[in-house]
Amino acid sequence: MRDTSKPLVSLTNAGVRRAGRWLVRGVDLSVKPGQIVTLIGPNGSGKSTTARMALGMITPDEGHAERSAKTRVSYVPQKISIDWTLPLTVERFMRLTSNLAPAEATAALESTGIAHLRKAEVRTLSGGEFQRALLARAIARKPDFLVLDEPVQGVDFAGQIALYELIHTITQEQGYGVLLISHDLHVVMAATDQVICLNGHVCCQGTPSAVAGNSEYKRLFGDRATDALAIYHHHHDHTHLPDGRVRHEDGSITDHCFPSDGHHHGDGAGDEAGTVTERTDDA
Amino acid sequence: MLDDFFSRAIIAGIGVALVAGPMGCFIVWRRLAYFGDTLAHAALLGVALAFLFEVNTTLAVFAVSAVVSIALLLLQKRASLSSDALLGLLSHSALALGLVVLAFMTWVRMDLMGLLFGDILAVSKIDIALIYAGGLAVLTVLCFIWKPLFAATVSRELAEAEGLHPDRANVIFMLLMATVIAIAMKIVGVLLITALLIIPAAAARKFASGPEQMAVIASLFGVAAVAGGLFGSLEWDTPSGPSIVVAAVFLFVVSLSPLSTWIARRLSKQEVPGA
Repeated sequence: MRDTSKPLVSLTNAGVRRAGRWLVRGVDLSVKPGQIVTLIGPNGSGKSTTARMALGMITPDEGHAERSAKTRVSYVPQKISIDWTLPLTVERFMRLTSNLAPAEATAALESTGIAHLRKAEVRTLSGGEFQRALLARAIARKPDFLVLDEPVQGVDFAGQIALYELIHTITQEQGYGVLLISHDLHVVMAATDQVICLNGHVCCQGTPSAVAGNSEYKRLFGDRATDALAIYHHHHDHTHLPDGRVRHEDGSITDHCFPSDGHHHGDGAGDEAGTVTERTDDA
Repeated sequence: MLDDFFSRAIIAGIGVALVAGPMGCFIVWRRLAYFGDTLAHAALLGVALAFLFEVNTTLAVFAVSAVVSIALLLLQKRASLSSDALLGLLSHSALALGLVVLAFMTWVRMDLMGLLFGDILAVSKIDIALIYAGGLAVLTVLCFIWKPLFAATVSRELAEAEGLHPDRANVIFMLLMATVIAIAMKIVGVLLITALLIIPAAAARKFASGPEQMAVIASLFGVAAVAGGLFGSLEWDTPSGPSIVVAAVFLFVVSLSPLSTWIARRLSKQEVPGA
């Protein structure tokens, strides 16, 4: 299938300069098929600029960006606002940049759990539903390289974790290379192979745990962020679908989950001890 | 049938309305109403230059509108002024320049009212040929760029990232706008072209559940406005261009009424099988 050794995208010492100021410089980055690379950093640290270089939307002013012309890209942008004047259903939105067979669109919507919203107008979707629609559109294109810019914006904490798990699962199944932008290290940790922490330059990079323990990272985000942070990996045996039903590990769907099911998000009191190490404060 | 001035007017008007529907939808979706006005004002300079160099008016108007569109794109790249300030600058400098050039040509007696409000009752067979040839060209090109243009309307970033070249589609769209202004000027006049573009599209919104559908409905509403306006102007002896716009506004107001809400609901229900 895919050649997994060759990177889909690579940036070498890349930098972008605008109006005499370096937005970001010295970025080394490569994404291989099946790999999830996460960019984190404060606002204005050059995360989006770096993603744009990787996407070929801007040419670096120093260094190189390499991307094979054959690489099929899907992009989940940070923000899309759909005006009332634009009649756009989820179904039509799926076909925005590629001609999809209805079955392909339906399959992608099912995998993100919003197949029942096929006919809904995009502007009536809630934050979480809209992010799922964006993700469904991106994966329906069957890309080689998937770029997600803050894909969980406007989604509550439980929804964020569910979305990241979804991204993780889909990526593992399909073997995409993923470049993920986030300002939250703790929620992406379980779902990423490599983290690059940016602040106008690469301040540190490595595995999620290595970055979390890095002194530069601590200085950038404050000690409190890392103290409160616990690596998040645990096992789900069921998923809450957006229409209120529950999908179990064996693929069956029921109206409710069972008392013996694993960890629930969003109902802190009911958490079974031992299944998860959660953050200890609200910060 | 083409020998009768009224039939010619109807045929010409329908031709313009069919093109104005889909183009108007993009104007509404992309919030470009002021851009339409700018091109229309620049059209006056085109008319003045046509007199000066003794060339075809439609061609001169197209050329000036195209130059103004490209100038806008270039100025936006430099980004020293905001877009609406740039539009105002281009619009009024072209308008003033046109009036000054006209004033120099004392030998030209121009029907300013005809220019501002259109003179649909005076369209010739050549005008009709020009409208249909130009209109067909615009619709054909629009079909070709529909996907990138629409994707860029939803999200420019997304379209660019996924390799659809939205900038190219934008330039082509601006040239199409210049063509529409040039061929529609004689029908409704420079002051009311934008109205013919945006009002049918705005009225169509409520009945549409998809962008392509909205474009078709906008065209049909435009045709209805042209027919209604022209028959009205014949009946009550009112100026034809403004009458067409009044008919379009009437359609828009009707589209806001509870009855059409009910119709729109029925339409959208039919599309969901089993819902």
